[in-house]
Amino acid sequence: MLRTTSKPALPAKLLGALAALLLACVAPWLLSPYDLNLLARFLALSLTAMGLVLLWGEGGVLSLGQGVFFGIGGYALAMHLKLADLGPTELPDFMVWSGVTALPWWWAIFKSPVVAVAAVFIVAPIVAALFAWAIFRRRIGGVYFALITQALALAFATLLVSQQGKTGGFNGLTDYHTLFGFNLNRPATVLGLYYLTVLFVAAGAGGLLWLLGGRFGKMLRASRDGSNRLRFLGYDPAPYKVLAFTVAALLTSVSGALFTLHAGVVSPALVGVVPSIEMVIWVAIGGRESVAGAIIGALLVNFAKDKISTALPELWLYGLGLLFILVVTVLPRGIAGLFAEIAERRAEARKPASSSSQKETGQ
Amino acid sequence: MDAAFLTGQLFNGFSVASLYILAAMGLALSFGLMRVINMAHGEILMLGSYLAYVAMQIVPGPMGLLAAMVFAFVGAGLMGALLEVGLISRLTARPLDTLLATWGVSLILQQGARDLFGATGVSVTAPAWLDGGLTFGGLQLPATRLFILLLAALVLAGMAAILRFTRIGLLVRAVNQDRPTAAAMGVNVRAVDCFVFSLGAAVAGLGGVVLSLLGPVTPNVGQSYIVTAFLVVILGGLGSLQGTAIAALMIGLFMALAQIFVDVSFAQVLSLLFVIVFLQFRPQGVIAVRSRALDSE
Repeated sequence: MLRTTSKPALPAKLLGALAALLLACVAPWLLSPYDLNLLARFLALSLTAMGLVLLWGEGGVLSLGQGVFFGIGGYALAMHLKLADLGPTELPDFMVWSGVTALPWWWAIFKSPVVAVAAVFIVAPIVAALFAWAIFRRRIGGVYFALITQALALAFATLLVSQQGKTGGFNGLTDYHTLFGFNLNRPATVLGLYYLTVLFVAAGAGGLLWLLGGRFGKMLRASRDGSNRLRFLGYDPAPYKVLAFTVAALLTSVSGALFTLHAGVVSPALVGVVPSIEMVIWVAIGGRESVAGAIIGALLVNFAKDKISTALPELWLYGLGLLFILVVTVLPRGIAGLFAEIAERRAEARKPASSSSQKETGQ
Repeated sequence: MDAAFLTGQLFNGFSVASLYILAAMGLALSFGLMRVINMAHGEILMLGSYLAYVAMQIVPGPMGLLAAMVFAFVGAGLMGALLEVGLISRLTARPLDTLLATWGVSLILQQGARDLFGATGVSVTAPAWLDGGLTFGGLQLPATRLFILLLAALVLAGMAAILRFTRIGLLVRAVNQDRPTAAAMGVNVRAVDCFVFSLGAAVAGLGGVVLSLLGPVTPNVGQSYIVTAFLVVILGGLGSLQGTAIAALMIGLFMALAQIFVDVSFAQVLSLLFVIVFLQFRPQGVIAVRSRALDSE
């Protein structure tokens, strides 16, 4: 499926992006503090969704283990937040409860906020690059890759739960108050963190569009649509897939760190098999090949989940199940695909004589 | 480390492996044939467990287990047929989308079980003749575990016989080797797909009966085994019965032996690492099906 973005739609898209950014900037005056906190959380999640657009939509590689990188980012920051409130000889509360007497060295280094923030940006990409290199090097892809990443998510979550004394176990890490000396509960800090999130989302979206618009994007799409053809032309698809997986892990790790700040908690329930696959549905609904679709999908599904699951918790799971089935069978390109189709039809109606359908079908 | 402990651990490995064989066989066969993975396969295991529970309520006494097996086999098979006709056949050649759609099915089935039977789970009492066990020296082999081993061996032999000696087995092998050519020769490939998928689900139903003997039946009971069953399929190679059996033994034994040195969660991490390292040397799995096709991902 080689699809070229239609050129004349660009100014409209740019205007749309600016309008969305403006809306995001004035949102603090439009929403209640509770809803603003939700918006901040879900905007943070949209970075994870963008990673999946790069990986799955453009690269054709479905990862069911993004929760691992989300967790790495979230835990890296939460470990620092946990230590920041303590005196020099104190231990985090859960360690005391589990009878741990000394802080492990890999906890101690997180006393420095700089190390924690650096870890958010560095650890997940390194893990991702090593893992992806091992897998793609041997041309393992498709369903195999999806299932291996799912096993990775399961292993990660089980490990977190079982190491109660070092990770906080099932409850995860929660109850923290200061970052870089700022009180996290003050309204000004909350507002600042919201704008920080908006900034990250805008930068992430811009950076991703730039990356996908260039040579790398072209090669990645080619590796999705015909990796053998790419090999015959003398290119190895593996490095492009490894890079896509690494960048996606970076976005997801940042997403996890920001989410932890807004939600005030990180726990195995956010990183395991089920949350990892829920991340995929945001993108599937928003549109797997559209950066804007990823943001819309992440916001839409999570707001719906919040509203429905508080009112009718049973209904949400049935609804989510149906969403998975329907979006795949009826709407494979998601909401963004729906809009693209309308735009395409309009363009066709305007000039009916031109060559209308020259889509090459791959696979 | 004494010998009895080691043999006990080995025996555990074999019995866990036989569970994986029952859970993974259907997955592996339909994966080989249609290149799709059914994420709702774990919930078919769960369905088998609940059907066993219901059957043992209706037929108490020593015949209960037999009734449960028949009931679960047929019920799970029907569920498989429904799933194949209703959803999977509509998503041919889109394996990743099938994965997501069947995950949706699994969510619905889990919630359905939660609404019908409650979230806490029900327990099945094993018949009296499964209470005892064999004792060799210091080593105890529980009868339930022996029963699981025997069942897995029987099912494996039965499947191999169907594939090897029956007409439908011949057709399955034909479609497995070369789908377009088989279709051109007049094989009804759709019917073959549906048969294999339903049979695989039926076997998973038997796996569910076994699960119900080992512990309480909850709506999530399938989830705890299915991710490892997926690894078994990957390790085994495309849709090969032998491969699946060998891979199940490898993972089962690896897990059991790893647990001598580390706890369960680390054993899980190590078994995943083991699979990844193994795939570095044999990316096609234990048994590679040779094919001239270029795009056989």
